Amino acid sequence: MYEGAIADLIDELGRLPGIGPKSAQRIAFYILGADPADVARLASVLKRVKDQVRFCAVCFNVAEEERCRICRDPRRSDEVICVVEEPKDVIAVERTGEFRGHYHVLGGAINPLEGIGPDNLKIRELMLRLRSGEVKELILATDPNTEGEATATYLALLIKPMGLSVTRLASGLPVGGDLEYADEITLGRAFEGRRSLDV
Amino acid sequence: MPGFRSRLYRDDAVVLRVQKLGEADRIVTLLTRRHGRVRAVAKGVRKTSSRFGARLEPFGHVDVQLAEGRSLDIVSQAEGIALHGPISTDYPRYTAASAIAETAERLTPVEREPTLRLFLLTLGAMRALADDERPGSLVLDAYLLRAMGVAGWAPSLRECAVCGERGPHRGFSVPAGGCVCQRCRPPGAANPAPATLRLMAALASGDWAEAEASEPPIRRQASGLVAAHLQWHLERELRSLPLVDRT
Repeated sequence: MYEGAIADLIDELGRLPGIGPKSAQRIAFYILGADPADVARLASVLKRVKDQVRFCAVCFNVAEEERCRICRDPRRSDEVICVVEEPKDVIAVERTGEFRGHYHVLGGAINPLEGIGPDNLKIRELMLRLRSGEVKELILATDPNTEGEATATYLALLIKPMGLSVTRLASGLPVGGDLEYADEITLGRAFEGRRSLDV
Repeated sequence: MPGFRSRLYRDDAVVLRVQKLGEADRIVTLLTRRHGRVRAVAKGVRKTSSRFGARLEPFGHVDVQLAEGRSLDIVSQAEGIALHGPISTDYPRYTAASAIAETAERLTPVEREPTLRLFLLTLGAMRALADDERPGSLVLDAYLLRAMGVAGWAPSLRECAVCGERGPHRGFSVPAGGCVCQRCRPPGAANPAPATLRLMAALASGDWAEAEASEPPIRRQASGLVAAHLQWHLERELRSLPLVDRT
């Protein structure tokens, strides 16, 4: 088939998640025909990401310095920590504009089927942060699936005896949807978490 | 050439495992009643707008409609029969359910080979964990012992596994296949307490009154022997077993 640099590029692209052999071939030929300046910029960004991006020493979000932008921000509350599974969840919560505390990225969820237990996540580091005494509330924002719920339950059991307020993100109906299409679990949780209307 | 409709089939199943696929899809491993273990793609289920994402969570009992695919089938509809949600909100039961799901997956190495007894056993174990009527660790050990029986590797708990002499015997050898008499006892055989072997026999036969009356050290010893016996026959360790919380 192909040989030399183009074959190597197709092979490397094909190793990326979600990119099959056909997509790899299409991207490789796009790169071959692209402006050399664009390709040089892509190559430089790829190198910079690997050289400069690391995990924040405090919250384990992605950062370019020892501490991430959020951990360095003095305007954010030190009393609340929102626990999430992955750095991309930090971005999802930040987009809401509702949260002004700090984060802690676990690096995944407890999943015995994949051999991931509590020791494989940044739980020990979270406990060290909580011992400082500044934190008053911990918001558990792990994914609303079986692994995320189990991880939240595990953390709540571990942290509740420390006297902190431990809360879990509410589950319920998506805004803009029809009630009749809601599944029974989501609808059940929406009933559990119903609130009074202050009008 | 068969049309799309003729390639659809419906079955009820226990969800054993879900794995992320691409942007918003999942590969779901199902242990079905009539089609054995099936792997299928559930498209878009990670989006909050998914109509059946919540029904395809691990350990749930679901009624699914699947379309046959070349390598993986595709989930076209899913209804919850019993979604066993309480399992994920109790950490010890969650870890036990994970070990049950992994065992069921490993005991069905060939896809689409019907195994009704294992399906019913797995379904019963998930129900027992969700109902929380019995200790999760005992439910897990009972499942593992009976699942080994379905696979044809049930440990001998009364007769000598080598010569068949009636027991009770004191020795237990995993390579020999269970209890061993003094004559057949191989080097390195364990010496479990008689109560441990009684507990294992009770779990295998469903004598819950005797099983629930057992003491914690006896339960721990029985769990160790059951795990050793299972992993010897599977020829590989189960990833979830060391993570089971037996507190």
